[in-house]
Amino acid sequence: MSLRNFKWRNLYLWLVFIVLYAPIIFLIVYSFSKGDTMNNFHGFTWSHYQDLFADSRLIAIFLDTLLVALLSSILATVIGTLGALGINNTTKAITKNTLLSLNNILMVSPDVIIGASFLIFFTALKIPLGFGSVLLSHIAFSIPIVVLMVLPKIQEMSSSLLDAAADLGANNWQLLSQVIVPYIMPGIFSGFFMALTYSLDDFAVTFFVTGNGFTTLSVEIYSRARQGINLEINALSGLMFLMALILVVGYYFINQYSRKHRRTATRGRRK
Amino acid sequence: MQRKQRLSRNTAYFIPYMLWILLFVIAPVLLLIYQSFFNIDGQFTFANYQTYFSSNTYLMMTLNSVWYAFLITLATLLISYPTAYVLNETKYPQLWLLLIIMPTWINLLLKAYAFIGIFSQSGIANQFLSFIGIGPQQLLFTNFSFIFVAAYIQIPFMVLPIYNSISELNPSYVNASRDLGATNWQTFSRVIFPLTLPGVKAGIQAVFIPSLSLFMLTRLIGGNKVITLGTAIEEHFLTTMNWGMGSTIGVVLIIAMVIIMMLTSGGKRRTRKGMTK
Repeated sequence: MSLRNFKWRNLYLWLVFIVLYAPIIFLIVYSFSKGDTMNNFHGFTWSHYQDLFADSRLIAIFLDTLLVALLSSILATVIGTLGALGINNTTKAITKNTLLSLNNILMVSPDVIIGASFLIFFTALKIPLGFGSVLLSHIAFSIPIVVLMVLPKIQEMSSSLLDAAADLGANNWQLLSQVIVPYIMPGIFSGFFMALTYSLDDFAVTFFVTGNGFTTLSVEIYSRARQGINLEINALSGLMFLMALILVVGYYFINQYSRKHRRTATRGRRK
Repeated sequence: MQRKQRLSRNTAYFIPYMLWILLFVIAPVLLLIYQSFFNIDGQFTFANYQTYFSSNTYLMMTLNSVWYAFLITLATLLISYPTAYVLNETKYPQLWLLLIIMPTWINLLLKAYAFIGIFSQSGIANQFLSFIGIGPQQLLFTNFSFIFVAAYIQIPFMVLPIYNSISELNPSYVNASRDLGATNWQTFSRVIFPLTLPGVKAGIQAVFIPSLSLFMLTRLIGGNKVITLGTAIEEHFLTTMNWGMGSTIGVVLIIAMVIIMMLTSGGKRRTRKGMTK
């Protein structure tokens, strides 16, 4: 590979990289601009952030969104992990494949289909639209990704480890809590993170099942963006970018760390 | 073996997951199909399907939606394949991959909103066009801006599966092909591309299906000029409240999805393993 060739390749990668990040940086830069358009930078100001923090409605929506994300990802992680254990324990190949296909239906379904069908479902069961319906939907669409993250870890676990534990007299609960869960913890953790981002990112499903009283950030941004430019949204995007950055960096380091010292890392995190 | 017998005897822990499958996977789809046989007044009817398949508006809308999804997928693929390929040859591919994927963690609506600013009448894109002498154009609310923004949003979802299959590619195949005298293009078209096809298929699957249903982009960026299947469903469910017709379009979308899954399903297991790593 010649040096010149190498440079061209990197240039392309940088170009893609710049195109991917430019709009996000653009948003954040204008969150510090005076004036109220995203056309010319009119000088530095914190005022949009001040507006943002004074906007109690938006803060409440932000907290609601966070609450839904945390609750739904914790519950989805528990149900998904147990589901992955169950799928792994099925003895017939056909049962396993059926379960995996069913599991993947919500992964590949378009958001509008999930949203519309859940809306019919909640209406049929007379579940009021609002916090509860949004939470249930978020749990529902986060479960399959948790299963997909946890299952490879379970399959990777050697059966002699479990046999040894069983031979040494561990009962089912001890086997699960002291051997299996610590071993698959990295998978559980990735599943949890993915569920969290799915929930924070979701717009379409929430938009269908949210009803009138309850709103999440995505839905709020949508309705504000339809009215045009408002630099308060830019300020919000600055904060959300920071949050995503923290999540990503945390996720990356936990991944790297657990790859290197899996045992110590899992033990530390369980505390 | 001993363990399997032990654990499978106690299946109580599996109940929540099975309940989830029943209530949130099977039931909603059945309800959607059921609903598609009712008209706006709640009477059982086949009229929704008759209307759908006899009306030019609906059929044209479907064709349009598929056409735009195709264009979006093509644009995404053309940008993503070289990206994934180059990515694999960098020193720190995992770090680069993370950087490429990171924008997906920024809320979709915020990214769409950024383009409202960028493409606006006197926005930065038009300032650039004026600067290089083309002069300002109507960018926002055009078909071009819709495809551009949709491709922008989907690129990471295409890069990831392609990268996974490229990184799994055994380099000795490439070396063997070169040693046997193949040119760069022959090596690519006869060896590298066929071997990474599962990743491409997974990527197409990951991009095409959502592209049929991106209703927020058609509203915010496309200015309602492009009506996708997703837009139509949203319109019927939340604006005109004709759930029967909305469900009918939903069933069409599900059928489209199944067709795409079948077309792109070769060697799926390998890529899925790669995606969940």
